[in-house]
Amino acid sequence: MTTPLLKVEHLTMRFGGLVAVNDLSFDVHRGEITALIGPNGAGKTTVFNCITGFYKPTEGRLGLRHPDSKTYLLERLPDHHINWKAKVARTFQNIRLFQGMTVLENLLVAQHNPLMLASGYSILGLMGSKSYLKSEKAALDKAVAWLERINLIDRADDPAGDLPYGDQRRLEIARAMCTDPVLLCLDEPAAGLNPRESLELNTLLTSIRADGQTSLLLIEHDMSVVMAISDHVVVLDYGVKISDGAPEEVRNDPRVIAAYLGVDDDEVAAVEAEVGL
Amino acid sequence: MTQANTPSSTEAFDLVQAVKDAGFAGMVTFGLCVPIVAFRAEQDMANKLVLQQRWWMALVITGLVIVARFLFSLHQHSRRNDHAQQAPAGTSSALALIKPYLAPLGFGFITIYPLMMLAIHGPSGSIKWIDNFGIQILIYVMLGWGLNIVVGLAGLLDLGYVAFYAVGAYSYALIATKVIPETFPFLGVWAFWICLPISGLLAALWGILLGFPVLRLRGDYLAIVTLAFGEIIRLVLINWVDFSNGYAGLSSIPRPSFFGIPFNASDTGFAAVFNLEFSPIYRTIFLYYVILVLSLMTAYVTLKLRRLPVGRAWEALREDEIACRSLGINTTITKLTAFSIGAMFGGFAGCFFAARQGFISPESFVFLESAQILAIVVLGGMGSLFGVVVASIALVGGIEILRELDFLKEVFGPTFDPSQYRMLVFGVAMVLMMLWKPRGLISTRDPSVVYKERKAISGSMVQEGHG
Repeated sequence: MTTPLLKVEHLTMRFGGLVAVNDLSFDVHRGEITALIGPNGAGKTTVFNCITGFYKPTEGRLGLRHPDSKTYLLERLPDHHINWKAKVARTFQNIRLFQGMTVLENLLVAQHNPLMLASGYSILGLMGSKSYLKSEKAALDKAVAWLERINLIDRADDPAGDLPYGDQRRLEIARAMCTDPVLLCLDEPAAGLNPRESLELNTLLTSIRADGQTSLLLIEHDMSVVMAISDHVVVLDYGVKISDGAPEEVRNDPRVIAAYLGVDDDEVAAVEAEVGL
Repeated sequence: MTQANTPSSTEAFDLVQAVKDAGFAGMVTFGLCVPIVAFRAEQDMANKLVLQQRWWMALVITGLVIVARFLFSLHQHSRRNDHAQQAPAGTSSALALIKPYLAPLGFGFITIYPLMMLAIHGPSGSIKWIDNFGIQILIYVMLGWGLNIVVGLAGLLDLGYVAFYAVGAYSYALIATKVIPETFPFLGVWAFWICLPISGLLAALWGILLGFPVLRLRGDYLAIVTLAFGEIIRLVLINWVDFSNGYAGLSSIPRPSFFGIPFNASDTGFAAVFNLEFSPIYRTIFLYYVILVLSLMTAYVTLKLRRLPVGRAWEALREDEIACRSLGINTTITKLTAFSIGAMFGGFAGCFFAARQGFISPESFVFLESAQILAIVVLGGMGSLFGVVVASIALVGGIEILRELDFLKEVFGPTFDPSQYRMLVFGVAMVLMMLWKPRGLISTRDPSVVYKERKAISGSMVQEGHG
């Protein structure tokens, strides 16, 4: 087996007395789609926020290994370096686009750091240097390529807030992809999508995987998405990992079934004995 | 809303309802006027209180309210119909028609304005028009454009902008009256031109010094701290007498020279060198063009920066700070750049202000100044350069105009002083704006980059920022 892209080791996150994530360890493998599932309040988004730098974990280590075998410890990086240096991008459960900016501008803001360097921290840019104009053109081309890929090129000059919900979801993924991530974290990308849009999303995500540059980690409640596209599923319940493996294995795991569906009262003892509680 | 319920695009004007509304408003007004306006206690010669009855005044006010309420109903009705018919068309057609000619016309006008005034009012009469209107308005335009970077683009509410204006003014005043005469006397005539960049840089430095601890705060907290900073600077200037000469202020600040040629009556002065009769008007005209160039520079830099990554990051920060962080944008540095660049333009304006006045004191840098600059930015429409110009003309020029309305004395009697009502007018204008255009005069956002077609973005979509 190849070395994992992201190694989460003994991750614990406490908010005062509340233990949101407790001693969680799992791996995200290169070139795979890993799904993080679990009932509401299981701590999935907390794990995401730790990985993407919005929370500093109480304990544990998040080791990210790039293809050039450079390793970053995500829990130690300042939050803007997680995207810029460690190349981890994310989307949000409640869409966070720049609503008053156009679709195209959204994708250009995502390329802020390389463009900032190219503009010589705005000094070369103010003087209108050739090299900056060239990189700006390249950034525009990249944005346009992504808009063509997600079928939004006709709406490039519309404000992002005017797009229908499903388009906003895809635009947010494209915006995250414009930062050239090695790991893309998607927080419930299929929430609120109709079956057709959900299918389009599956195609987009598998095509990103097929490009080979980006591995995906996603939180999802929609099992049709999870089972159709993920290579590896991690199940959380009350901040603890209860199952980890291929979708087929996880689907038949009694602990997962118990966590999602609950069990009859008279079976509790039997199930508990079986799962070793 | 009513327009959603009515399928037809125009609805009949409900006269009965409008009259009822007007009558009700009149009744309320009359009720309020009885105790407040209709009776007035006054002292007579013998120091006795006399009750005066002023029923005619109460009736006049009530009548005015009834008419105003009725007109308001009419206006709302016509607006509703306009809205139903024109909503897809977007901006009104009249504005769209003159829009392409607006910029060159306006630019031409402000360029020849001082010469026009000189031609109309003569050398001594035109000083008032160039100085009180031209220069004064342009200073506020420049301050508005500077603050617009902080408030309009980056969405950081700064209530202490006048602090940077003060830093710029005192930098120039202190360097030009103390440092230069003592250490580099030969630079005397160039003082303004040397100090202009220094004042800007010092103000930017203060922007960074203030910004570092403060920019982790958001929204109201940031506003309060910047407000306090503005007051602290003023109080330091008042109390540190050795440094700034306290309340007495600094006087005999050198005036700007015409690139080394001073504006005085001497043989090497401007008038003598160019074979003109000596007159103070030349300096005023020169100052007008200096501030014009300075403000155009502010506008140029702002427009350029908006199209650069840093400008887009400012606007993205105003839209959604959390999303910015997830995209690897260093929010602290980005806010600091907005803060310090805004402060720098404030510093330039301050330096110019000190040079124009020749005298500065802490009185010129009170909170009301900050509030007025902020009002200009908000009234103009957050982020809009053109809006700031219109708002400055309306707020600064409008108040100056009040002083000129002598004919009102014919109507209200010789003791009537229109300029005393400026705050009232100011307040009424604000209330009307909130009702009529809550997002400012220019409430659309112009995209910084275009793929095929430039479309203005409606203000209701754009966030105001909260940090």
